[in-house]
Formats: sequence, C-alpha cells, structure tokens
Amino acid sequence: MDVFATAMPALGQAWALILQPVVLGYLVLGVVMGLAVGVFPGLGGIAGLSLLLPFMFGMDPVLGLALMVGMVAVVPTSDTFASVLMGIPGSSASQATVLDGFPLAKKGQAARALSAAFTSSLFGGLVGALFLTMFIVVARPLVLAFGLPEMLMISVLGLSMVAVLAGRVALKGLAAAGLGMLIGTIGEADAGGSLRMATYDIPYLTDGLKLVIVGLGIFAVPEIVSLLRQDRSIAKDAKLGAGWGTGVKDWVANKWLSVRCSLIGVVVGVIPGLGGSVVDWIAYGHAVQSTKDKSGFGKGEIRGIVGPESSNNAKEGGGLVPTLLFGIPGSGSMAIFIGAIALLGSGDIEVGPSMLRDNLDITYSIVWLLALANVVGTILCIAASGGIAKLTTIRFTYLAPFLFMLISFAAFQSGQNFEDILALFAIGLIGIFLRRFDWSRPAFLIGFVLSNPVEKFSNQAFQIASFRFRKSFEEGLDYLFSPIVIVLLIVTVVSVVLGLRQAKSIMAEGDVKSGSKRAPLVFLMLLMAYVVAALINANMIPDYNMTDKIIPLAVSGITLTALLILLVQMLLRPETDAVFADKEVAGEDADAPYGLWGTLAWFAGLIVATYFTGFILALLGFLVAFLRVRAQAPWPKTLILTAAGIALMCVMAGALNRDFPPGLLQQAVDLPWPLK
Amino acid sequence: MTIKQLATSVAAAALIASPAFAEVDFSGKTIEWVIPFSETGGSAKWANFFAPLLSEELPGNPTVVVKFMPGAGSTKGANWFQEQEHEDGTLMFGTSGSTQFPYLLDDPRVRYEYSDWVPVMASGTGGVAYLNAEDGAKFDGSANNLKGIDFIYGSQGATRLDLVPLLAWEMLGMNVEPVFGIKGRGDGRLMFERGEATIDYQTSSGYLGASADLVAQGKAVPMMTWGALDEDGNIVRDPTFPDIPTFKEVCEATDGCETKGEAWDAWKAFFVAGFPVQKIAFLPAGTPDDVRDAYAAAFDAVRNREDFATIASKRVGKYGVFVGEGAEKATKAGTSVSPEAKAFVTNWLQEAYGVSLK
Repeated sequence: MDVFATAMPALGQAWALILQPVVLGYLVLGVVMGLAVGVFPGLGGIAGLSLLLPFMFGMDPVLGLALMVGMVAVVPTSDTFASVLMGIPGSSASQATVLDGFPLAKKGQAARALSAAFTSSLFGGLVGALFLTMFIVVARPLVLAFGLPEMLMISVLGLSMVAVLAGRVALKGLAAAGLGMLIGTIGEADAGGSLRMATYDIPYLTDGLKLVIVGLGIFAVPEIVSLLRQDRSIAKDAKLGAGWGTGVKDWVANKWLSVRCSLIGVVVGVIPGLGGSVVDWIAYGHAVQSTKDKSGFGKGEIRGIVGPESSNNAKEGGGLVPTLLFGIPGSGSMAIFIGAIALLGSGDIEVGPSMLRDNLDITYSIVWLLALANVVGTILCIAASGGIAKLTTIRFTYLAPFLFMLISFAAFQSGQNFEDILALFAIGLIGIFLRRFDWSRPAFLIGFVLSNPVEKFSNQAFQIASFRFRKSFEEGLDYLFSPIVIVLLIVTVVSVVLGLRQAKSIMAEGDVKSGSKRAPLVFLMLLMAYVVAALINANMIPDYNMTDKIIPLAVSGITLTALLILLVQMLLRPETDAVFADKEVAGEDADAPYGLWGTLAWFAGLIVATYFTGFILALLGFLVAFLRVRAQAPWPKTLILTAAGIALMCVMAGALNRDFPPGLLQQAVDLPWPLK
Repeated sequence: MTIKQLATSVAAAALIASPAFAEVDFSGKTIEWVIPFSETGGSAKWANFFAPLLSEELPGNPTVVVKFMPGAGSTKGANWFQEQEHEDGTLMFGTSGSTQFPYLLDDPRVRYEYSDWVPVMASGTGGVAYLNAEDGAKFDGSANNLKGIDFIYGSQGATRLDLVPLLAWEMLGMNVEPVFGIKGRGDGRLMFERGEATIDYQTSSGYLGASADLVAQGKAVPMMTWGALDEDGNIVRDPTFPDIPTFKEVCEATDGCETKGEAWDAWKAFFVAGFPVQKIAFLPAGTPDDVRDAYAAAFDAVRNREDFATIASKRVGKYGVFVGEGAEKATKAGTSVSPEAKAFVTNWLQEAYGVSLK
C-alpha cells in the first residue's frame, strides 16, 4: 500500500500545479491551436507540436506541458468534424467513426452525430485519466507481460473485426482485407530489406504507402466523387434534423457501452507498439456485437459512433504509459512530446523509468491536464457543432473543389512528394470500385493498417519461439501460449464466429442491387491479376530472407483462393445474386446526372496541372474553371471563393511552415513562396 | 499570448544578444535546416536542440527552422541535397550514421558524395552493450565464458548502426542471433526487459535514460562501451562511462579476438563513422569561405556557452562538438573507410545475414 501512500500526496501536488489561472490559460490556448490544426485532415498532432517546439526551450515545465498536452489531447476530438461531415478520416483515430457518422450527416443529423461523438470523447478521456491515476503506479510489470506473442494476438483480434465488417458476401470481405494487407506490404521489408512490388527505380514505392493516403483514398475520394456526381448537398434535401441536444441524450442512453469502450481504449493504448490503429476497430466490433438490432450499422447507427469515439480519446491517456514509463513513444506526436519535455525548464524532467520515482507530481499533472483539455475541447466542439453542421446543407458542388484541394494538400504533407498525390488518386480509384461493387472498404483498411504489425510480430515471435523450442519444448510452449494469449485467442475465435453470423445484416454500403455480370467480373479479374503478380513477386524473394517472404506469400495465397472461389460463384450464379452487387445498376449513383469519369477528370486535371505549374497556380486555375464550368457560378462568386480557398491554403501552410507540391515550372524558374 | 507575440518576444530577446559580424549578415532571413528523417527521430532531437542556439549566434539572428524530408532511410533527402547549390547561405543539411553507412557500403540508391559538401559542425555519441543478469554473472572482463551461450538481440537491421555491435560480438566469438525488424533502440530495450532478448546495446543517451536503471536494479550487467577517440585517433574509455571497459579491452582479454588485422580495422572504421562522428551539419557545394566561417563561428559560440555542458548532456550527451577545421577532419574520418574494410564488411554481411547491397 505504500505505493498509494506516495501517490496520494503527488496527486494533490499535481492538482495544485494545474489549478492556477495561468496554467489553465495556456491549456486553453493549446486546445484552441489543437482544434485549429486537427480540423484539417492529415496534419494532426505532429504538425502542431513541431510548431510549438521552438518555444519550449527553458519554458516553465507546467506551462509548457499545459500548452502541449492541450494540443495533443484534442486532435482526436477535432478530426471527428472531417470524418462525420465529409466522410474524410482525418487520422487513424477516426477511421471507424466515418462508417456511421457520415451516413448520419447525409440524413441531416450531423449535429447529433457530432455531439454524440464529442460527448463520448469527453467521457472516454475522463475514464482514461481516472483509470491511469490508479493504474500508472503499478503498470510496469503488467506492460512487460505483453510480449511479442501477446501483441501478435491483439493485432489478430483487430484483424478478426474484418468478419463483422465483411458485408453480405463474407468471401469478398476476406479478399478485400487480404488486398489491403498486400498493399500494406508494398515497399522495403522491415526485417530483411527485400523489395515487395517495388523497385529502386521508383524510390517512392520503397517506403510503402502512408495510412493518410490510403485512408483518404479509400473513404474520402469515393464519397466526394459520388456526391459530386449527384449534385446535391451532403444532407439530403438540405434539411437539418436532430440538433446537438439529441446527441448528448444518445450518449446518455448508451453510457455503459461508452464505459466499456473507454476501458478497451485505455488498455490497448497502454501496450507499446500497437498504437491507435486497432483500438477503433475493436471498439466498433464490440459496439456491433453488443447491439441487439444490428441492421442500422453502416447506415447511421449512433452506437457505431459512441463506441469508437469513447475508445480513441481514452487511448491517448493509455498511450501515456509506455511514453512516460518506458520512454517509448506510442505515436509520432508522442515522440515529439518526449523530445519537448527535455527542453522544458532546466531540463531535469527525464522521460523514462525515473519519471514515476522523481516526478510523480509531473506525471499526474500530465494525466489530468489531458483530462481537462478533453473537457475544454469538447465544450468548444459541441458549441461549434450546430453551426458547422450547416456545411452539410450547402450544394456539394461548391464544397467539392475545396475538398479536393484539402485532401491533395493533406496527402502531400505525408511524404512531401508529388507521388503522394498520384498515390492518392490511384488508391482513390481502387476505393471507388470497391464501393461500387460492394467490396468492404473497412475490411480493406483494417487489412492495410494491420499488415505491418501482423507481419512484424509474427516474424519476431516466431524467431524467438524457435530459440526457446531449441532449449526445450516446454519453454517454447510456455512462451507462445501464455494465459494472455489463450484468452485473446478465445476472444478472437468467438468474435469471428459471431461476426460472420452478423455480417449479413451490416451493410456499410447500403442495399446494393445486382444487375449485369460483366462489370463485377472484370473488376474481380483485375484484382486477381494484382494478387497473382504479388504472389509471383513474393515468391521471387530468396529463401534466406524468409521473414520478408512468408507473409506476402501466405496472404496472397489466401486472397487468391478467396478470389477463385468467387470466380466460380460468379460463373455459376444468376446475375441477380449478391456477388454481382453494382451501384451503377440502380440507386443514387446510377441516377446521378453526371458520369464517373467526367467527375474524376476534374480531380485528375488538378493533379496534372500541379505537375506542370506547382500546386498554388494549378489550384487557381482549377478553382476558377470548376466554379465557372461545373458549378456555373457567376464571376464575382467564383473569384471570391477562389481567393478564399487560396488564402486558406497559404495561411495554413505559412503558419505551419509547410511547402506546396512543386511542378516542372518551379524546376525551371525560381518563384517566391507560395508559388515555389 | 498568441504564436505571433511569442515569436516577436523570442526574436526581440535574440536581438539583444546579437554579436556584431561584418561581412555575412542574415538579418531578416530564414535558415532552413533540412533533416532527412522524420520529426520523431534522434536527428530531429539533435537539430531542434541546436536550431534556437544557432539562431542566437548567427550574424543578424535569422530564424532557424528545421524541416524534415524523410524517405528511404535518409537516402532520399541526401540525394536531394546533392542537387542543391549555394545561393545565399540559408540552406543547411544534417546527416547521421544512417546516411553515412549506405554511403560507405555503396548502397545502389546513394547518389550523394560527402566530399562535395561543406561541413560546419559534427558531433558524436557513444554506445554501451549489456547482458541479462544470469549471463552477466559469467562475464569477467572477457567473453571467454560467454562463448557457449545463444544470445538473442532485437536489431534494426545489419546494415544500420547495429553493424557495429553485431560485428563486435562476432569478433568476441559470441553467438548472437539478431531478431530483425524492430524500430528504434527503445523497442530493443523493451524486448530485453521482457526477457525476450538477452543482450542489448543503447547509445549513450538511451543507456543513461533507462538502461542504467536496469543495471541499478540488478536486472542487467554492463559489458562494454564502444569507447571514444582521443586526439590521435586511438580508442580510449568513453568519458561518459569511465568505469565500463571498452570493446578494445574486452577483445584483448578474450581468447581469439585480435585488435589488429582486417576484422579489427573494419570494425574500427565503421565505429568511427557510426559513433564519434555520428551527426554532421553541412552547407551545400560551392559555399564561399566567409559564409562557412560565419557558421563555424556561430557553432563555436554555441559550444562555448556557459550552460552548454548542462543543457547538452541532457539532450545530446556529453560528447565533443567539432566545428570548422575539426568538423572537416571529423567528417573525413567518418565518411571514408579503406577498400579492405569495406570489402570485409560487405562479405561478412553476405555470409552472416545474406544481405547483398547490389
């Protein structure tokens, strides 16, 4: 009990540190800046923290912490705006929120979805802080109990959520997840450095694709294109329904789900090396399995928002454990956070094992600053949600060019290559067809996100297990089948079995009609061609680099099998069968006044123009042309909107010290910023 | 206070401390310091540490911003810097051991040439290897009692800085199996703490931050440091860890390990590139001498700050900061290895790990 005897006074000191007007002032400042940065997809905490770094040198530790924690804490809150309103997943923390949040926005219930999400975030943040206050002093041995086999099992549990989200035809979901995993293996392998589906002649591919690009490509591009084709507002008939009060009531009705998902978030967040990528999906899967009537999921079920949003803010709290106790950052922003802490004051706060012993008051300050920042951020966000929800009533043709602008900029920020935008377009194309033919996009994304952890942990666990087996058989078995692994294994099996049974009622893409055979068959053949290529490519990796070879080989083998079975089904079944689902046969897309390729050509035009003239000049031409020709706006309106869009880009990039994609023109002539 | 006000007050504070410099003046300019890694790595820490200090000392107190250009383990950024030419002295580039090793090993992606660039500052670090408690009890200053044991080591890859510890253990006749694919030495330490790995090494700051704690608790036993270089280029004890023997001492005490010959020369060459001269700040090709001297003088002023030792030891370790001619000499030592050493390492990588750099 002497642990708690030291913890209690430290907790008191922490509150004394926090509850000073100037500290709270810095916290609010940090929160406001975090919200401003977080609203833009793809920027997130790293950009914001880098901006603060120069000011941290010698700053009073508590003030500096308040500023930084304020900023980090609210990024997973504010990126909910983009995922609910526009269907754009801003970061890994909001992937699952898109599934039910965006359909609600389409129903005119954006304010309800937002406030339910924010209330859940707030609650998750508070539960996380409370849990950590007690847990952090005893966390160390528990964290160390999670070895490689345990982490592998958690990744597999995340992967098993594919079963729930597989859609009406389970094999299609499996194949989509496999394809996502294969796309995730592109590039230089972590272990042996072999190239997979890449060549040194295209250096861009050797680094692999970034989550931001795949997330935007799979979710945002298809939705933007589809809405633009229909030429309507996001909220159907431009009417707003339920307001923010309803969202808060929704949360009250689902408070126990929120508690459970918060605990899932904080526990998974505590484990170093997994980060936030799995939390959303595990929480979403739990929300589905604990709901009686599952038919609403994917179409705007409020529990599909409460679950993941409760978990993702709680996860930020959990993520502090490996960061503060072991000095191992759970995410990119945490890595900068560690670096920044060393700058504070006289530099005597050292993140690592000594943190609990020497700076327990500071540790608690961080935990509760995080909770307070959540409160402040949530209040600000809920206050804004009613107004911002009105965006969904604007005719989409006026929003789309700015969304193309934002996602291109966001994609470019991930790697600062022109190829980033090309990759966005290519992945976007895959996303469009996955959506059209009703192949589960969430399954694809889960596969992509978990591809690297599954490969890394299985390879490393296998190597270490083989050393243990060499010593003795029992030691090997003990290592692989620890109690934690066995529990996780059971949970996984149960969730796959239940998930498969439930998947048929969860139609993320709505009820997609089937019609002709040709188009779905052609798409299947294209997927098969890629998978075969990946299989051959993986097989060419020499055997001494087995660690780089085995996962792509196994995944492409399984995916190919699934695709072959689907091919047989397609040949045997009538064209009204669900395997032939095609959005172009009937429904919103089929009735849209504009065609797919014509609409996509606008986006392609922006990219091609960027290649020649750089981003800002291309954007100028794109906005003017789009607003005049496609939106048929009068000249004054066109010019005002164009100027506003370019000004927004310049202010944002200027403040964050970011560049724009350069083109051939910039290589030939030296131009001043922002044209360079 | 808004960002702008913060910025103005910082700028104002900097202005008061400005030294007078005649020829080169960066007033009102922004210096871009490009780091070919992500915002989260050790090089980012290093540049972020020096940037505000440098801004105070450069003539005209320009704003120094750190920009990140990650990709292909820094090869992308370095290839880009190779294309840059001197314009107005507002571009600087920072490399690390991960930029030097592919260059030294003739990685096919390398299109940069260190000797074209103008070094203005170089700094280093050290490294400590340690064992788990059980096997550490058998360590007596030589590796003789460690030879029959299978060790497991969490490694970032044999062609990275891990080449130095892996080759050292091999020379001592120890059987160390690397588990590849971890990201960062912190993950390696965690693996060691969980008991999955049984041997580990950390750079000095990582060792001081967390591993020293394990030693204090009796969960780890320090084995050796890589050492430090004296004025004449000899390996001596690391000033940060004067009580821990160097690899050279352990090698001399171990049967069958020699501190001369091609293996030793190769190890030493890569050690110098990876540790004592680990991070270097460069100006682009064609930079005139007065600009170079202004930077060298500024870095010199930074390292001579009264509080430099205190703030640096927390952030970048207590190791020498070379400027001017010292930086040039250090760069030369860190970016050249003899053809024999290169051939030895290339061959060893191929035989031991099947790694081919073609």
